[in-house]
Amino acid sequence: MELKVISDAAGTPGGGCASSGCGAGGEKLAHLPEAIRAKINNHPCFSEDAHHHYARMHVAVAPACNIQCHYCNRKYDCSNESRPGVVSEVLTPDQAVKKVIAVAAAIPQMTVLGIAGPGDPLANPQRTLETFRQLSEKAPDIKLCVSTNGLALPGLVDEICKHNIEHVTITINCVDPDVGAKIYPWIFWNNRRVTGRKAAEILIEQQQKGLEMLVARGVLVKVNSVLIPGVNAEHLKEVSRVVKAKGAFLHNVMPLIAEPEHGTFYGLMGQRGPTNDELTALQDACAGDMAMMRHCRQCRADAVGMLGEDRGEEFTLDKIAEQDVDYAAAMARRAEVHAAIEASRAAQRNASSETFVSIASLTRRRPARPEPRPVLMAVATTGGGVINQHFGHAREFLVYEASANDVRFVGHRKVDLYCSGDDTCGDGESVLAKTIRLLDGCEVVLCSRIGYEPWGQLESAGIAPNGEHAMEPIEDAIAAVYREMGEAGLLERSGGTAQRMSA
Amino acid sequence: MAYKIIEGCVNCWACLPLCPSEAIREALPHFTIDARACTECEGDFADPQCASICPIEGVILDGLGVPVNPPGSLTGIPPDRWAEIRTQIQAR
Repeated sequence: MELKVISDAAGTPGGGCASSGCGAGGEKLAHLPEAIRAKINNHPCFSEDAHHHYARMHVAVAPACNIQCHYCNRKYDCSNESRPGVVSEVLTPDQAVKKVIAVAAAIPQMTVLGIAGPGDPLANPQRTLETFRQLSEKAPDIKLCVSTNGLALPGLVDEICKHNIEHVTITINCVDPDVGAKIYPWIFWNNRRVTGRKAAEILIEQQQKGLEMLVARGVLVKVNSVLIPGVNAEHLKEVSRVVKAKGAFLHNVMPLIAEPEHGTFYGLMGQRGPTNDELTALQDACAGDMAMMRHCRQCRADAVGMLGEDRGEEFTLDKIAEQDVDYAAAMARRAEVHAAIEASRAAQRNASSETFVSIASLTRRRPARPEPRPVLMAVATTGGGVINQHFGHAREFLVYEASANDVRFVGHRKVDLYCSGDDTCGDGESVLAKTIRLLDGCEVVLCSRIGYEPWGQLESAGIAPNGEHAMEPIEDAIAAVYREMGEAGLLERSGGTAQRMSA
Repeated sequence: MAYKIIEGCVNCWACLPLCPSEAIREALPHFTIDARACTECEGDFADPQCASICPIEGVILDGLGVPVNPPGSLTGIPPDRWAEIRTQIQAR
């Protein structure tokens, strides 16, 4: 919802704030009640702006699952893999709490602890709830959230509320059992394995009931959907409408991950994932109905760090075994760090609004000219909302679309595509060639620095490398580059298409 | 007669709390069923609970040593398909 609203409003002269710099997070969600904005302000998975500044972690305390999804394989744990459902070690609640405390002390910008698997957290209610119970007592400054397939949700809503869990994510891939039958081969329900359409029917009923119950109790609900081309792609528009009507706060449409190597039904049966264009088009189509999330990194159930990074290796059980953290001291330090982040975000917001007023006025001064075409730009960043990463170090690029009206975040592209293995893992294509292919459609790539060789190859591929805006806020820098492109006459429309581009 | 967990079990815990006889033990390399305690859920449930939630094909055997969930029965993946792809991946 808010992205469309902003871009429409921004088109009118004097229409005030004209950019996503005016808030990928709380600000763009300005219509929401203050209480909700406060809840998501520092939650990287619920607020796009927050994800530049704050980190999250998952603890893998929930190995059991009560359903099978065709995109999941419970057998697999390749250490090179990063996708949901994959973990390196399952923790007991006590181990998990120790790990959270260690991470909170070492990474003070970690504000959110989620339990997301590797199975279904609510199919492991004792382990999941015990972890939350201890943490709400020992680390009260950490937000707790849980994600679930929803099957066991209605029976556990009251327990969830008791443990002060403010955010729940339900994965809802369908509201039609006929579609569901193509996604879920079975569920475990009332002590039996149920298959086929009946299984999907029960799952959908429980998901919707759980959603309604959470909303009625004031819990923020995000809905995740996996976009499976040819299975639920069109149907997700209906899903978006239904869950919004029931009070879900954010809809996160994620691309199917399906490779034969993963051993999943979809991977082995040749089901493809969506292209970047298909994903963005569907997100845009759903955006008319509700808040869409585009910055999800589909992280592992034991991920640690900023979205897009995983520092789990630094906090394995053997490494934290000897640590004895003084959490009261850590909490004081964390509060200082959070205050500094908020001050920096406020400063960036103020600076941004000045920049964007000037772009809007640039277009207003020349009303007779056709609107300049939108441009996609890729950004290398390690966080903080600024351009601060060397091109060659980037494991992913954030993609923004600059237009006459605004700069909007449209998605991210992972360099290693769910696998951090070296060339022996793939077809031998060089990392640079892969990265350039990955950036297809982008005309500029902004980074802090870049080597000579990639510079030349990017230029040959029609992508302009740009290291002139190092350490500048992302959206200001993009607006500045877009303005320069306009002044250089590079934004004339070709072919007269008025369509928005997609990532 | 008793059910048995064999190699291939991923230790996901799903079965353990469901067993009405508390016959399932956490163990390495994989969970086990105490054959003396297992009743095959007779008198408690229509279906054996461990085999009804287990996500891994072929790793739970019934009293006759036959897999309760044979290859392909849970995932829908034809066993030949998996073998073929595995060979392709290994050949890279």
